[in-house]
Amino acid sequence: MIAPQDLTAIWVTFKLASISTILLLIIGTPIAWWLSQKPGKFKKITEAVIALPLILPPTVLGFYLLIAFSPNGLIGQLWQSLTGAPLAFTFSALVIGSVFYSLPFVVQPLQSAFRQIPQGLYEAAATMGASPKDQFFSITAPIAKRSFLTAASLGFAHTVGEFGVILMIGGNIPGETQVLSLILFEHVETLQYSRAHGLAAGLLIFSFITLYWLYSSDHFDALKIKR
Amino acid sequence: MSLHVNISLQRPSGFELDVDIHIPNRGYTAIYGASGSGKTTLLRCIAGLESAGAKDSIIFNHDVWHNQSQTLPCHQRGIGFVFQDARLMPHLDVSGNLKYALDRRHGNCGPNWDQVSQWLNLAPLLEKTVSQLSAGQQQRVAIGRALLSAPQLLIMDEPLASLDEISKNEILSSLEALHYHLDIPVLYVSHDLAEVTQLADQLIILEQGNVVSEGRTLELCSQLQLGVAHEEQAAAILVGTVKAHDDLYALSEIDIDGETLTLARVDIPLGENIRVRIPARDVSIALNRSEQSSILNIIPCRIDAIEPSTEARILIRLQTGNQFFLSRLTRKSVEKLALSVGDQVFAQIKSVALLSDRQADDHV
Repeated sequence: MIAPQDLTAIWVTFKLASISTILLLIIGTPIAWWLSQKPGKFKKITEAVIALPLILPPTVLGFYLLIAFSPNGLIGQLWQSLTGAPLAFTFSALVIGSVFYSLPFVVQPLQSAFRQIPQGLYEAAATMGASPKDQFFSITAPIAKRSFLTAASLGFAHTVGEFGVILMIGGNIPGETQVLSLILFEHVETLQYSRAHGLAAGLLIFSFITLYWLYSSDHFDALKIKR
Repeated sequence: MSLHVNISLQRPSGFELDVDIHIPNRGYTAIYGASGSGKTTLLRCIAGLESAGAKDSIIFNHDVWHNQSQTLPCHQRGIGFVFQDARLMPHLDVSGNLKYALDRRHGNCGPNWDQVSQWLNLAPLLEKTVSQLSAGQQQRVAIGRALLSAPQLLIMDEPLASLDEISKNEILSSLEALHYHLDIPVLYVSHDLAEVTQLADQLIILEQGNVVSEGRTLELCSQLQLGVAHEEQAAAILVGTVKAHDDLYALSEIDIDGETLTLARVDIPLGENIRVRIPARDVSIALNRSEQSSILNIIPCRIDAIEPSTEARILIRLQTGNQFFLSRLTRKSVEKLALSVGDQVFAQIKSVALLSDRQADDHV
């Protein structure tokens, strides 16, 4: 029923969103932690830079990434010297682009969750012999558990919904960089409305379910704390 | 010598702390002073929660906690810390909070789960969540947690300050009982003189970041030149031996350098030493022994010193045997009775409280 090309695009999208989400959590957690601690000189700048994708047209971000990923660009050169292959128009380029694009959606919920944990708990833990690493895993992680879930879901869903950035840096190669949103656009361009309907409805339902699940788990947690 | 702290700090706010103190290896040492005197800063520096200056040093036994070349982080100092607010982990229940400490024990020689649970009566609380506990119960758990981490030094920063009167007294008696069980030094900060005289063996008095006096509580609290003797809660401590029990009236008699004091029946064997606390405001003076008084404790003594306290009040230091206690009178009474140093008078003592560091005998 679903065309093989559409299936491939769904698989590429899922792979892209999953890998990006894992990387986002690995990169976003320490950044959010650092930002949530006492205010410092570069924090306001960092916060503004991370928040840029929220208001910047994705094509602007995509344009600069395209230049940076080109064989003469900073990231492109670095990539070529490390892997021996060009970066532009590859799946890896999409992953790097997605990480930039979705970073605020992961950093912001984590940052506000970390900020709400009283500093006094860490002091108490330190007096009981907990090292900073131990404090993170025994206090921060369990208390901010739900925010990690929120951050991961938002990062994943936002990457699935990505269009402008991917259009600029992806090249729409089937099986490599052709994701759902691009193939949907292609179907509309070529007037294949029934295939477009299937994909659009699928994305709509996926996004709604994700958000509904997030809001209702919020409700569930609030109940659990009051008990 | 156990803990040696030499700190001089100057904060941009103008606050200064300049102390050089030795804290002995056993017993309760209280740091007493008004708020803003630097008590909490001093404790936090000792704990490693705040950084001391480059020239400062903190040495515990033979371990360097801080000096010019190194600073040991808080989590490696092997301390227990009880904060004014309990700071229990909100995502763990009571037994989870206690296990948190137990899992990270500093050493092997501290009290075990059953002992701590019994001393602080924690068993009924174990299954509860932190939000189900009253402030007093939270503080009991916090003390239990600090003990279970098997510290080499226990630090308490005004642990009773944010509690109501009932929980305060309950925890105060737990702390007194602990005094008997623990063989580690306890550093106790408070601005409440009643608490301090009840608990502390040694007293360090801080004023505006400087140590104005340090020594045994017994001696310091009856010295007229110190501020502590002039406070509303001022009290003296006397040491005596249990002489007799009167089961008919549920009273006990204690011998204080040849004089007898009567107090509510105590469960302490004859011949044992005990300490009692006599508040200055509960001692009045008579020139003759009044036979028709409801007051049981009337003992002859000598006026050792007289010191004006406020416009209306005068503080008198009385001597019985080799010990001293205080009486706070109005200036009017002192003039009416024409009291002067060296006079032989009778002290009428309205209340005598046992300092219960021996009440927990049956546990040991």
